[in-house]
Amino acid sequence: MTEAPAQPATGFRRLHPLTPLLRGWKVFAAVVAIAAQQLYGDLEARWLLLGVAASIPVALVYGYLSWRFTHYRIDGEDLRLETGVLFRRSRRVRLDRLQAVDVVRPLIARALGLAELRLEVAGGTSSEAPLAYLSEPAAQALRAELLARAAGLSHDTPEAPEAVLVTVPMDRLITSQLLTVGVIISLVALLVVLALAAALRQPALLGFAVPMALSLGPGVVGPIVRHFDFTVAESPDGLRLRHGLLETRAQTVPPGRVQAVRIVEPLLWRSRGWCRVEVNIAGYGGDGQSQTSVLLPVAPREQAFAVLRRVLPDVDISTVEMHGVPRSARWVDPFAWRFQSAGADDRVFVARRGRLRRETDIVPHVRLQSARLTQGLLQRRLGLATIHLDTTPGPVHPTAAHRGADEARRLLDAEVERARLARSSAPPERWMSLPDAPMPPNVAG
Amino acid sequence: MTAPDLQGEPFAPAGSPWVRVSPRLAILRRSLLAGIGGVVTLVAASLVAIASWWLVVAVLVVGAVLIAWGWVVVGRAVRSWGYAERADDLLVTRGILFRQLVVVPYGRMQFVDVTAGPLDRRFGLATVQLHTAAAATDAQIPGLVPAEAARLRDRLAARGEASSAGL
Repeated sequence: MTEAPAQPATGFRRLHPLTPLLRGWKVFAAVVAIAAQQLYGDLEARWLLLGVAASIPVALVYGYLSWRFTHYRIDGEDLRLETGVLFRRSRRVRLDRLQAVDVVRPLIARALGLAELRLEVAGGTSSEAPLAYLSEPAAQALRAELLARAAGLSHDTPEAPEAVLVTVPMDRLITSQLLTVGVIISLVALLVVLALAAALRQPALLGFAVPMALSLGPGVVGPIVRHFDFTVAESPDGLRLRHGLLETRAQTVPPGRVQAVRIVEPLLWRSRGWCRVEVNIAGYGGDGQSQTSVLLPVAPREQAFAVLRRVLPDVDISTVEMHGVPRSARWVDPFAWRFQSAGADDRVFVARRGRLRRETDIVPHVRLQSARLTQGLLQRRLGLATIHLDTTPGPVHPTAAHRGADEARRLLDAEVERARLARSSAPPERWMSLPDAPMPPNVAG
Repeated sequence: MTAPDLQGEPFAPAGSPWVRVSPRLAILRRSLLAGIGGVVTLVAASLVAIASWWLVVAVLVVGAVLIAWGWVVVGRAVRSWGYAERADDLLVTRGILFRQLVVVPYGRMQFVDVTAGPLDRRFGLATVQLHTAAAATDAQIPGLVPAEAARLRDRLAARGEASSAGL
């Protein structure tokens, strides 16, 4: 089934021949869903069946055509992707701009041994070059080849070996999802309703219990299903994350692609020393942030910091000198002002906040896009200002709120200067090529 | 970097003074304010005219006071806009009640927009907006004379190219 070695004369490759079936299945399911809704109307069942039956060949023909017209090819520095039946589209993706590569396997694709390969580059709202579907070995081989080329290595470099850093055990994942204030309140409310129903012998009250139990589903079950069997492994290609129960996802984040990090310690996790690590990665901006922007769903602090050291080498946030906010901040943030702090060393800017739910934002100076200082009316009266450090879109919005105004401006100026110095000595985008190796003239930009 | 003396003025540019935007922006915004505010006041006044004449007077007075207040606010708001081109970055400031200072390194610029709506063109104005890879970057400068807008755009683009670093 591997089509990787046997290339046609043009060098263009096709997706897996089962692709139309998998794609057509989706169209078919949509038609059936619409038909089922219409069944409640006054349409005759006979016509419905006819319509559904007619949609099958249409879906198959469309699927076949779109498969026929989809080709891809690795062309030196670029991936070329030709798609479209009526409106032809030819796209080139520069591999040195690769931000991440995901291999996604939805449930049905898994049963057929297929996988989708997604290339993420900065900009754009969804995955820029989704290759759905390839056979699993072909997807693996292509991922290895893309990463080798993106790193500046020869394309037949064997797949990089990996070492597992962290796995998240099932019981910890489930416990962590139950240990949130929202879930506990919901559970208590559920128990109260059930107790009331029993005490008053009013089974009608159980009607309330069902939606309450169901409302727990998306918040608790969703993350468990998404982050099932979460594994973080390290390889010269970068970090590899693998997770998922029904749809499995294998993400590869090359070195230097993490733009900002947030460590979240919810109130109920603190006694266990657990935290969650979220990241901004340029390619993941728009789509499914909650799926792709989690570096570690739940882990003890030491493990989280071990992973953090791989993401941000030479960074030790425990040695960063943190400064609190002036006392006047209590008028704008009476509950948690003592827990606001910020500081910087020569590599990163760190901001902490939160009394109950602690958050720590970390931005490497070299990843700063722009910096802002804001001051509301009340802050102005109190001589305070807030610093915002802008990075690529994602869950992390690094801010240091309610600093003394003059100190905030000094921090801002210092940060901008540090970012300038860090940029001028940044490693190359092709992470395997040496900084002093000759580079093409327009690598950056 | 030595900290410049910023006592009491954390939003001032270090070194060079702010370049302010064209006062014609205030004329544009004041005409809009007077036009729309005037129409709204007159409509409101004619609606209450069936009730009593002193209500009409009250509406007219309130409308006039609001427009006069807006007139002053618009002037101050327009004067609060400013930008400064430094060696490695562009500074943009704005706001009276909610003040903001944005620092955008030239090397982080992805593209620069110059836009001018029909009213802007009539008043001979244009807006320059800088975009970085961060969506949160809020660096727009309204109320520039078209020649200055074009000069700024070209200069920013040239400087961005010279110190480019992508992401």
